[in-house]
Amino acid sequence: MHIVDGALSAPVLIAGAALTAGGIALGLRQMTLERIPAAGVLSAAFFVASLIHVAVGPSSVHLILNGLAGLILGWTAFPALFVALLLQAVFFGFGGITVLGVNTLNIALPAVLVGLALRPLIAAGGPRAAALWGAVGGAGAIALTTLFVAAALVFSGDAFVPAAKLVFLAHVPVMVIEAAISAAAVVLIKRVKPDLFAGAPAVAAV
Amino acid sequence: MTLISTNPPALRPGLPGAAVARIDPRLRVCVALVFAVLMSQVDGFGALGLGLAAGLGLLLASGQPIGPVLRRMAAMDGFILFMLVLLPFTTPGVPLFSVWGHGASLEGLRDACDILLTANAVVLMVLVLPGTLEPVTLGHALGRLGVPLSLVNLLLFTVRYITVLEGEYQRMRQAMRARAFAARSDLHTLTSLGYLVGMMLVRAQERSERVLQAMKCRGFNGALPLIDAMRWRGADTLWALGFAGLLGAVIALEIAHVPGA
Repeated sequence: MHIVDGALSAPVLIAGAALTAGGIALGLRQMTLERIPAAGVLSAAFFVASLIHVAVGPSSVHLILNGLAGLILGWTAFPALFVALLLQAVFFGFGGITVLGVNTLNIALPAVLVGLALRPLIAAGGPRAAALWGAVGGAGAIALTTLFVAAALVFSGDAFVPAAKLVFLAHVPVMVIEAAISAAAVVLIKRVKPDLFAGAPAVAAV
Repeated sequence: MTLISTNPPALRPGLPGAAVARIDPRLRVCVALVFAVLMSQVDGFGALGLGLAAGLGLLLASGQPIGPVLRRMAAMDGFILFMLVLLPFTTPGVPLFSVWGHGASLEGLRDACDILLTANAVVLMVLVLPGTLEPVTLGHALGRLGVPLSLVNLLLFTVRYITVLEGEYQRMRQAMRARAFAARSDLHTLTSLGYLVGMMLVRAQERSERVLQAMKCRGFNGALPLIDAMRWRGADTLWALGFAGLLGAVIALEIAHVPGA
Protein backbone atom coordinates (compact mmCIF):
# COMPACT_ATOMS: atom_id res chain seq x y z
CA MET A 1 0.00 0.00 0.00
CA HIS A 2 2.95 2.31 0.53
CA ILE A 3 3.87 3.96 -2.77
CA VAL A 4 7.62 4.65 -3.02
CA ASP A 5 9.59 7.63 -4.29
CA GLY A 6 10.05 7.77 -8.05
CA ALA A 7 6.82 6.04 -9.11
CA LEU A 8 4.41 8.97 -9.32
CA SER A 9 4.38 11.97 -11.64
CA ALA A 10 5.05 15.47 -10.32
CA PRO A 11 1.43 16.77 -10.67
CA VAL A 12 0.11 13.82 -8.62
CA LEU A 13 2.78 14.39 -5.95
CA ILE A 14 2.00 18.11 -5.73
CA ALA A 15 -1.77 17.61 -5.63
CA GLY A 16 -1.39 14.96 -2.91
CA ALA A 17 0.88 17.18 -0.81
CA ALA A 18 -1.46 20.19 -1.14
CA LEU A 19 -4.60 18.23 -0.20
CA THR A 20 -2.82 16.59 2.72
CA ALA A 21 -1.60 19.97 3.99
CA GLY A 22 -5.23 21.16 3.91
CA GLY A 23 -6.45 18.05 5.74
CA ILE A 24 -3.76 18.37 8.40
CA ALA A 25 -4.63 22.06 8.90
CA LEU A 26 -8.32 21.17 9.38
CA GLY A 27 -7.42 18.36 11.78
CA LEU A 28 -5.07 20.53 13.83
CA ARG A 29 -7.73 23.23 14.16
CA GLN A 30 -9.97 20.70 15.92
CA MET A 31 -7.16 19.61 18.21
CA THR A 32 -7.56 22.02 21.12
CA LEU A 33 -5.27 22.10 24.13
CA GLU A 34 -7.52 19.66 25.99
CA ARG A 35 -7.41 17.15 23.17
CA ILE A 36 -3.67 17.07 22.44
CA PRO A 37 -2.89 14.23 24.90
CA ALA A 38 -5.89 12.15 23.73
CA ALA A 39 -4.94 12.62 20.07
CA GLY A 40 -1.29 11.76 20.77
CA VAL A 41 -1.94 8.65 22.86
CA LEU A 42 -4.63 7.35 20.46
CA SER A 43 -2.31 8.03 17.54
CA ALA A 44 0.35 5.92 19.29
CA ALA A 45 -2.29 3.19 19.87
CA PHE A 46 -3.08 3.07 16.15
CA PHE A 47 0.65 2.97 15.36
CA VAL A 48 1.06 -0.09 17.59
CA ALA A 49 -2.11 -1.71 16.18
CA SER A 50 -0.70 -1.34 12.67
CA LEU A 51 2.19 -3.61 13.70
CA ILE A 52 -0.21 -6.51 14.41
CA HIS A 53 0.09 -9.12 11.68
CA VAL A 54 -2.74 -11.46 10.67
CA ALA A 55 -2.08 -14.67 8.75
CA VAL A 56 -3.66 -14.92 5.30
CA GLY A 57 -2.91 -18.33 3.82
CA PRO A 58 0.88 -18.69 3.61
CA SER A 59 1.50 -14.96 3.95
CA SER A 60 0.46 -12.30 6.46
CA VAL A 61 -0.81 -8.73 6.32
CA HIS A 62 -0.51 -5.96 8.86
CA LEU A 63 -3.55 -4.07 10.11
CA ILE A 64 -4.21 -0.53 8.90
CA LEU A 65 -7.41 0.27 10.83
CA ASN A 66 -7.86 3.66 9.20
CA GLY A 67 -11.65 3.22 9.32
CA LEU A 68 -11.52 2.79 13.09
CA ALA A 69 -9.14 5.76 13.36
CA GLY A 70 -11.64 7.95 11.49
CA LEU A 71 -14.53 6.76 13.68
CA ILE A 72 -12.66 7.73 16.84
CA LEU A 73 -10.50 10.69 15.80
CA GLY A 74 -12.61 12.42 13.13
CA TRP A 75 -10.58 15.06 11.27
CA THR A 76 -7.71 14.61 13.74
CA ALA A 77 -7.08 11.30 11.93
CA PHE A 78 -5.34 13.39 9.24
CA PRO A 79 -2.45 14.71 11.37
CA ALA A 80 -2.37 11.49 13.43
CA LEU A 81 -1.96 9.23 10.38
CA PHE A 82 0.52 11.69 8.83
CA VAL A 83 2.69 11.42 11.94
CA ALA A 84 2.51 7.61 11.80
CA LEU A 85 3.51 7.53 8.12
CA LEU A 86 6.31 10.06 8.71
CA LEU A 87 7.76 7.93 11.52
CA GLN A 88 7.49 4.79 9.38
CA ALA A 89 9.18 6.46 6.40
CA VAL A 90 12.04 8.01 8.39
CA PHE A 91 12.82 5.21 10.84
CA PHE A 92 11.68 2.04 9.04
CA GLY A 93 12.13 3.06 5.39
CA PHE A 94 8.51 2.16 4.48
CA GLY A 95 7.09 4.42 1.79
CA GLY A 96 9.01 7.52 0.80
CA ILE A 97 9.43 11.23 1.35
CA THR A 98 8.05 12.93 -1.76
CA VAL A 99 5.09 10.53 -1.69
CA LEU A 100 4.28 11.29 1.96
CA GLY A 101 1.49 13.66 0.92
CA VAL A 102 -0.12 11.17 -1.46
CA ASN A 103 0.27 8.27 0.98
CA THR A 104 -1.27 10.30 3.83
CA LEU A 105 -4.17 11.37 1.63
CA ASN A 106 -4.79 7.76 0.54
CA ILE A 107 -5.03 6.54 4.13
CA ALA A 108 -6.47 9.55 5.97
CA LEU A 109 -9.17 10.84 3.62
CA PRO A 110 -11.05 7.48 3.68
CA ALA A 111 -10.68 7.52 7.47
CA VAL A 112 -12.26 10.98 7.74
CA LEU A 113 -15.05 10.11 5.27
CA VAL A 114 -15.91 6.93 7.20
CA GLY A 115 -15.86 8.90 10.45
CA LEU A 116 -18.15 11.63 9.14
CA ALA A 117 -20.62 9.16 7.62
CA LEU A 118 -20.81 6.46 10.28
CA ARG A 119 -19.92 7.96 13.65
CA PRO A 120 -23.43 9.42 14.23
CA LEU A 121 -25.00 6.06 13.29
CA ILE A 122 -22.78 4.17 15.73
CA ALA A 123 -23.35 6.72 18.50
CA ALA A 124 -27.14 6.49 18.08
CA GLY A 125 -27.61 2.76 17.40
CA GLY A 126 -27.52 -0.37 19.56
CA PRO A 127 -24.80 -3.04 19.66
CA ARG A 128 -26.03 -4.80 16.50
CA ALA A 129 -26.02 -1.56 14.52
CA ALA A 130 -22.59 -0.74 15.96
CA ALA A 131 -21.19 -4.08 14.74
CA LEU A 132 -22.71 -3.59 11.29
CA TRP A 133 -21.45 -0.02 10.85
CA GLY A 134 -18.08 -0.94 12.32
CA ALA A 135 -17.68 -3.65 9.67
CA VAL A 136 -18.88 -1.34 6.90
CA GLY A 137 -16.46 1.35 8.08
CA GLY A 138 -13.51 -1.05 8.34
CA ALA A 139 -14.01 -2.56 4.89
CA GLY A 140 -15.11 0.71 3.29
CA ALA A 141 -12.02 2.62 4.40
CA ILE A 142 -9.70 -0.03 2.92
CA ALA A 143 -11.72 -0.16 -0.31
CA LEU A 144 -11.48 3.63 -0.66
CA THR A 145 -7.77 3.56 0.16
CA THR A 146 -7.04 0.99 -2.56
CA LEU A 147 -9.12 3.01 -5.03
CA PHE A 148 -7.12 6.15 -4.15
CA VAL A 149 -3.83 4.25 -4.53
CA ALA A 150 -5.01 2.94 -7.90
CA ALA A 151 -6.05 6.43 -8.98
CA ALA A 152 -2.66 7.90 -7.96
CA LEU A 153 -0.92 5.23 -10.07
CA VAL A 154 -3.23 5.60 -13.08
CA PHE A 155 -2.97 9.42 -13.10
CA SER A 156 0.83 8.96 -13.23
CA GLY A 157 0.79 6.79 -16.35
CA ASP A 158 -1.37 4.32 -18.28
CA ALA A 159 1.34 1.67 -17.87
CA PHE A 160 0.26 1.37 -14.24
CA VAL A 161 -3.34 0.28 -15.03
CA PRO A 162 -2.72 -3.48 -14.54
CA ALA A 163 -0.75 -2.81 -11.36
CA ALA A 164 -3.61 -0.64 -10.07
CA LYS A 165 -6.14 -3.44 -10.69
CA LEU A 166 -3.86 -5.89 -8.94
CA VAL A 167 -3.59 -3.60 -5.90
CA PHE A 168 -7.38 -3.64 -5.54
CA LEU A 169 -7.74 -7.42 -5.93
CA ALA A 170 -4.85 -8.13 -3.58
CA HIS A 171 -6.61 -6.15 -0.85
CA VAL A 172 -9.95 -7.96 -0.87
CA PRO A 173 -8.78 -10.29 1.97
CA VAL A 174 -7.53 -7.22 3.86
CA MET A 175 -11.03 -5.70 3.59
CA VAL A 176 -12.57 -8.82 5.12
CA ILE A 177 -10.06 -8.84 7.97
CA GLU A 178 -10.42 -5.15 8.69
CA ALA A 179 -14.22 -5.44 8.63
CA ALA A 180 -14.22 -8.22 11.26
CA ILE A 181 -11.64 -6.55 13.51
CA SER A 182 -13.23 -3.09 13.29
CA ALA A 183 -16.67 -4.54 14.05
CA ALA A 184 -15.42 -6.34 17.15
CA ALA A 185 -13.46 -3.28 18.32
CA VAL A 186 -16.47 -0.98 17.81
CA VAL A 187 -18.77 -3.35 19.74
CA LEU A 188 -16.32 -3.50 22.65
CA ILE A 189 -15.76 0.26 22.77
CA LYS A 190 -19.50 0.88 22.49
CA ARG A 191 -20.02 -1.31 25.56
CA VAL A 192 -17.03 -0.17 27.64
CA LYS A 193 -16.56 3.49 26.76
CA PRO A 194 -19.23 4.83 24.40
CA ASP A 195 -17.93 8.41 24.80
CA LEU A 196 -15.22 7.57 22.27
CA PHE A 197 -17.88 7.81 19.54
CA ALA A 198 -19.79 10.65 21.11
CA GLY A 199 -18.10 13.37 19.10
CA ALA A 200 -14.54 14.56 19.15
CA PRO A 201 -12.33 12.44 21.43
CA ALA A 202 -13.85 12.58 24.87
CA VAL A 203 -12.08 14.85 27.27
CA ALA A 204 -11.52 14.38 30.97
CA ALA A 205 -14.24 16.12 32.93
CA VAL A 206 -12.27 18.93 34.50
CA MET B 1 15.08 5.87 23.09
CA THR B 2 13.85 3.75 20.27
CA LEU B 3 10.40 3.63 18.72
CA ILE B 4 9.57 0.04 19.58
CA SER B 5 11.48 -2.84 21.01
CA THR B 6 11.50 -5.61 18.46
CA ASN B 7 9.79 -5.41 15.10
CA PRO B 8 11.52 -4.18 13.01
CA PRO B 9 14.82 -3.78 14.91
CA ALA B 10 15.78 -0.20 15.54
CA LEU B 11 18.85 1.40 14.06
CA ARG B 12 21.55 2.52 16.44
CA PRO B 13 21.12 6.21 17.16
CA GLY B 14 24.13 8.05 15.75
CA LEU B 15 27.47 6.79 17.03
CA PRO B 16 29.19 9.58 18.90
CA GLY B 17 32.46 8.95 17.07
CA ALA B 18 31.24 9.17 13.47
CA ALA B 19 31.29 12.59 11.83
CA VAL B 20 27.93 11.86 10.16
CA ALA B 21 26.33 11.46 13.60
CA ARG B 22 27.22 15.05 14.52
CA ILE B 23 25.59 16.73 11.53
CA ASP B 24 23.00 19.28 12.61
CA PRO B 25 19.54 17.62 12.72
CA ARG B 26 17.94 20.48 10.76
CA LEU B 27 20.49 20.07 7.98
CA ARG B 28 19.81 16.32 7.85
CA VAL B 29 16.06 16.87 7.47
CA CYS B 30 16.51 19.53 4.76
CA VAL B 31 19.05 17.50 2.78
CA ALA B 32 16.87 14.37 2.88
CA LEU B 33 13.86 16.37 1.66
CA VAL B 34 15.66 18.18 -1.18
CA PHE B 35 17.47 14.98 -2.20
CA ALA B 36 14.15 13.06 -2.37
CA VAL B 37 12.48 15.74 -4.48
CA LEU B 38 15.46 15.94 -6.85
CA MET B 39 15.87 12.17 -7.22
CA SER B 40 12.17 11.68 -7.94
CA GLN B 41 12.49 14.08 -10.89
CA VAL B 42 15.74 12.96 -12.60
CA ASP B 43 15.68 10.17 -15.22
CA GLY B 44 19.31 9.79 -16.35
CA PHE B 45 21.07 6.70 -15.10
CA GLY B 46 24.24 8.70 -14.42
CA ALA B 47 22.38 11.02 -12.06
CA LEU B 48 20.44 8.16 -10.45
CA GLY B 49 23.60 6.09 -10.03
CA LEU B 50 25.44 9.00 -8.42
CA GLY B 51 22.56 9.46 -5.96
CA LEU B 52 22.59 5.78 -5.00
CA ALA B 53 26.39 5.78 -4.69
CA ALA B 54 26.20 8.86 -2.44
CA GLY B 55 23.67 7.07 -0.24
CA LEU B 56 25.90 3.99 0.02
CA GLY B 57 28.98 6.11 0.71
CA LEU B 58 27.19 7.96 3.49
CA LEU B 59 26.01 4.65 4.97
CA LEU B 60 29.62 3.40 5.10
CA ALA B 61 30.86 6.69 6.57
CA SER B 62 28.13 6.73 9.21
CA GLY B 63 29.45 3.65 11.00
CA GLN B 64 25.94 2.18 11.13
CA PRO B 65 25.68 -1.60 10.92
CA ILE B 66 25.30 -2.14 7.18
CA GLY B 67 23.24 -5.35 7.30
CA PRO B 68 20.08 -3.98 8.99
CA VAL B 69 19.94 -0.91 6.73
CA LEU B 70 20.32 -2.97 3.56
CA ARG B 71 17.77 -5.51 4.82
CA ARG B 72 15.28 -2.72 5.33
CA MET B 73 15.99 -1.42 1.84
CA ALA B 74 15.41 -4.92 0.47
CA ALA B 75 12.11 -5.12 2.37
CA MET B 76 10.94 -2.00 0.55
CA ASP B 77 12.05 -3.47 -2.78
CA GLY B 78 9.87 -6.49 -1.98
CA PHE B 79 6.83 -4.21 -1.68
CA ILE B 80 7.28 -2.77 -5.16
CA LEU B 81 8.61 -5.85 -6.93
CA PHE B 82 5.33 -6.85 -8.58
CA MET B 83 4.82 -3.37 -9.97
CA LEU B 84 8.34 -3.26 -11.39
CA VAL B 85 7.98 -6.69 -12.98
CA LEU B 86 4.70 -5.64 -14.63
CA LEU B 87 6.00 -2.35 -16.02
CA PRO B 88 8.05 -3.64 -18.99
CA PHE B 89 5.00 -5.59 -20.19
CA THR B 90 2.53 -2.74 -19.88
CA THR B 91 4.62 0.12 -21.31
CA PRO B 92 4.39 0.49 -25.09
CA GLY B 93 7.72 0.80 -26.92
CA VAL B 94 10.58 -1.04 -28.58
CA PRO B 95 10.06 -4.78 -27.97
CA LEU B 96 12.92 -6.35 -26.05
CA PHE B 97 11.85 -9.92 -25.30
CA SER B 98 8.57 -11.73 -24.70
CA VAL B 99 7.17 -14.10 -22.09
CA TRP B 100 4.21 -16.28 -23.07
CA GLY B 101 3.34 -13.95 -25.92
CA HIS B 102 3.51 -10.76 -23.83
CA GLY B 103 6.18 -8.44 -25.16
CA ALA B 104 8.42 -6.52 -22.79
CA SER B 105 9.52 -3.09 -23.92
CA LEU B 106 12.84 -1.35 -23.46
CA GLU B 107 11.07 1.80 -22.25
CA GLY B 108 9.19 -0.16 -19.58
CA LEU B 109 12.37 -1.81 -18.37
CA ARG B 110 14.03 1.60 -18.21
CA ASP B 111 11.12 3.07 -16.18
CA ALA B 112 11.23 0.13 -13.78
CA CYS B 113 14.99 0.59 -13.24
CA ASP B 114 14.43 4.34 -12.79
CA ILE B 115 11.89 3.74 -10.00
CA LEU B 116 14.09 1.11 -8.36
CA LEU B 117 17.17 3.37 -8.30
CA THR B 118 15.22 6.42 -7.11
CA ALA B 119 13.45 4.56 -4.31
CA ASN B 120 16.62 2.88 -3.05
CA ALA B 121 18.74 6.03 -3.18
CA VAL B 122 16.13 8.01 -1.23
CA VAL B 123 15.55 5.28 1.34
CA LEU B 124 19.29 5.01 2.02
CA MET B 125 19.68 8.75 2.41
CA VAL B 126 16.62 8.98 4.68
CA LEU B 127 17.61 6.03 6.89
CA VAL B 128 21.18 7.33 7.29
CA LEU B 129 20.53 11.07 7.74
CA PRO B 130 17.27 11.74 9.66
CA GLY B 131 16.68 8.02 10.36
CA THR B 132 19.52 7.81 12.89
CA LEU B 133 18.20 10.75 14.93
CA GLU B 134 16.39 10.16 18.18
CA PRO B 135 12.65 10.44 17.34
CA VAL B 136 12.34 13.30 19.83
CA THR B 137 15.22 15.17 18.16
CA LEU B 138 13.47 14.75 14.81
CA GLY B 139 10.39 16.41 16.31
CA HIS B 140 12.47 19.28 17.66
CA ALA B 141 14.27 19.74 14.34
CA LEU B 142 10.92 19.90 12.51
CA GLY B 143 9.70 22.44 15.05
CA ARG B 144 12.81 24.59 14.55
CA LEU B 145 12.25 24.40 10.78
CA GLY B 146 8.83 25.98 11.10
CA VAL B 147 6.47 22.98 11.16
CA PRO B 148 3.35 24.06 13.15
CA LEU B 149 3.90 23.55 16.86
CA SER B 150 0.66 21.60 17.36
CA LEU B 151 1.78 19.04 14.75
CA VAL B 152 5.18 18.77 16.46
CA ASN B 153 3.41 18.29 19.82
CA LEU B 154 1.29 15.51 18.32
CA LEU B 155 4.45 13.83 16.98
CA LEU B 156 6.22 14.11 20.34
CA PHE B 157 3.19 12.65 22.18
CA THR B 158 2.94 9.81 19.69
CA VAL B 159 6.63 8.98 19.97
CA ARG B 160 6.42 9.12 23.77
CA TYR B 161 3.47 6.72 23.99
CA ILE B 162 4.31 4.18 21.27
CA THR B 163 6.62 2.31 23.67
CA VAL B 164 4.05 2.51 26.49
CA LEU B 165 1.22 1.14 24.35
CA GLU B 166 3.49 -1.48 22.82
CA GLY B 167 4.00 -2.72 26.39
CA GLU B 168 0.23 -2.63 26.97
CA TYR B 169 -0.29 -4.63 23.79
CA GLN B 170 2.29 -7.25 24.79
CA ARG B 171 0.70 -7.62 28.24
CA MET B 172 -2.74 -8.23 26.70
CA ARG B 173 -1.32 -10.72 24.19
CA GLN B 174 0.33 -12.54 27.08
CA ALA B 175 -2.98 -12.63 28.97
CA MET B 176 -4.62 -14.11 25.86
CA ARG B 177 -1.85 -16.72 25.53
CA ALA B 178 -2.32 -17.63 29.19
CA ARG B 179 -5.93 -18.43 28.26
CA ALA B 180 -4.78 -20.67 25.40
CA PHE B 181 -5.47 -18.24 22.55
CA ALA B 182 -3.65 -19.21 19.36
CA ALA B 183 -3.96 -17.06 16.24
CA ARG B 184 -5.52 -18.92 13.30
CA SER B 185 -7.27 -17.84 10.11
CA ASP B 186 -10.82 -17.82 11.44
CA LEU B 187 -13.51 -15.47 12.71
CA HIS B 188 -12.75 -16.25 16.35
CA THR B 189 -9.18 -15.00 15.90
CA LEU B 190 -10.32 -11.82 14.18
CA THR B 191 -12.98 -11.10 16.80
CA SER B 192 -10.49 -11.65 19.62
CA LEU B 193 -7.93 -9.36 17.97
CA GLY B 194 -10.70 -6.80 17.45
CA TYR B 195 -11.53 -6.87 21.18
CA LEU B 196 -7.81 -6.52 21.86
CA VAL B 197 -7.57 -3.43 19.63
CA GLY B 198 -10.76 -1.99 21.15
CA MET B 199 -9.46 -2.49 24.68
CA MET B 200 -6.14 -0.93 23.72
CA LEU B 201 -7.96 2.17 22.44
CA VAL B 202 -10.12 2.39 25.59
CA ARG B 203 -7.04 2.17 27.79
CA ALA B 204 -5.23 4.71 25.59
CA GLN B 205 -8.12 7.15 26.03
CA GLU B 206 -8.21 6.66 29.81
CA ARG B 207 -4.44 7.04 30.02
CA SER B 208 -4.65 10.28 28.05
CA GLU B 209 -7.15 11.66 30.56
CA ARG B 210 -4.72 10.99 33.40
CA VAL B 211 -1.88 12.47 31.34
CA LEU B 212 -3.86 15.65 30.69
CA GLN B 213 -4.70 16.08 34.37
CA ALA B 214 -1.09 15.50 35.40
CA MET B 215 0.13 17.96 32.79
CA LYS B 216 -2.39 20.60 33.83
CA CYS B 217 -1.10 20.26 37.40
CA ARG B 218 2.29 21.22 35.99
CA GLY B 219 1.01 24.23 34.08
CA PHE B 220 0.59 22.74 30.58
CA ASN B 221 -0.58 25.54 28.30
CA GLY B 222 -0.72 23.73 24.98
CA ALA B 223 2.92 23.85 23.97
CA LEU B 224 5.73 21.53 24.93
CA PRO B 225 8.83 23.71 25.25
CA LEU B 226 11.58 22.55 22.88
CA ILE B 227 14.46 22.39 25.31
CA ASP B 228 17.56 21.80 23.29
CA ALA B 229 20.26 23.98 21.88
CA MET B 230 20.75 23.14 18.24
CA ARG B 231 23.96 24.96 17.47
CA TRP B 232 25.19 25.32 13.92
CA ARG B 233 28.90 24.40 13.87
CA GLY B 234 31.63 25.11 11.35
CA ALA B 235 31.60 21.45 10.32
CA ASP B 236 27.90 21.76 9.44
CA THR B 237 28.73 24.50 6.94
CA LEU B 238 31.26 22.13 5.32
CA TRP B 239 28.68 19.33 5.23
CA ALA B 240 26.12 21.72 3.72
CA LEU B 241 28.60 22.71 1.00
CA GLY B 242 29.36 19.03 0.37
CA PHE B 243 25.66 18.16 0.00
CA ALA B 244 25.16 21.20 -2.26
CA GLY B 245 28.01 19.90 -4.42
CA LEU B 246 26.41 16.47 -4.60
CA LEU B 247 23.01 17.87 -5.58
CA GLY B 248 24.71 20.13 -8.15
CA ALA B 249 26.56 17.16 -9.64
CA VAL B 250 23.29 15.19 -9.90
CA ILE B 251 21.66 18.12 -11.72
CA ALA B 252 24.71 18.53 -14.02
CA LEU B 253 24.68 14.83 -14.96
CA GLU B 254 20.96 15.02 -15.65
CA ILE B 255 21.37 18.05 -17.94
CA ALA B 256 24.28 16.39 -19.75
CA HIS B 257 22.19 13.23 -20.19
CA VAL B 258 19.04 14.68 -21.76
CA PRO B 259 20.44 15.77 -25.17
CA GLY B 260 21.91 12.32 -25.75
CA ALA B 261 18.68 10.49 -24.86
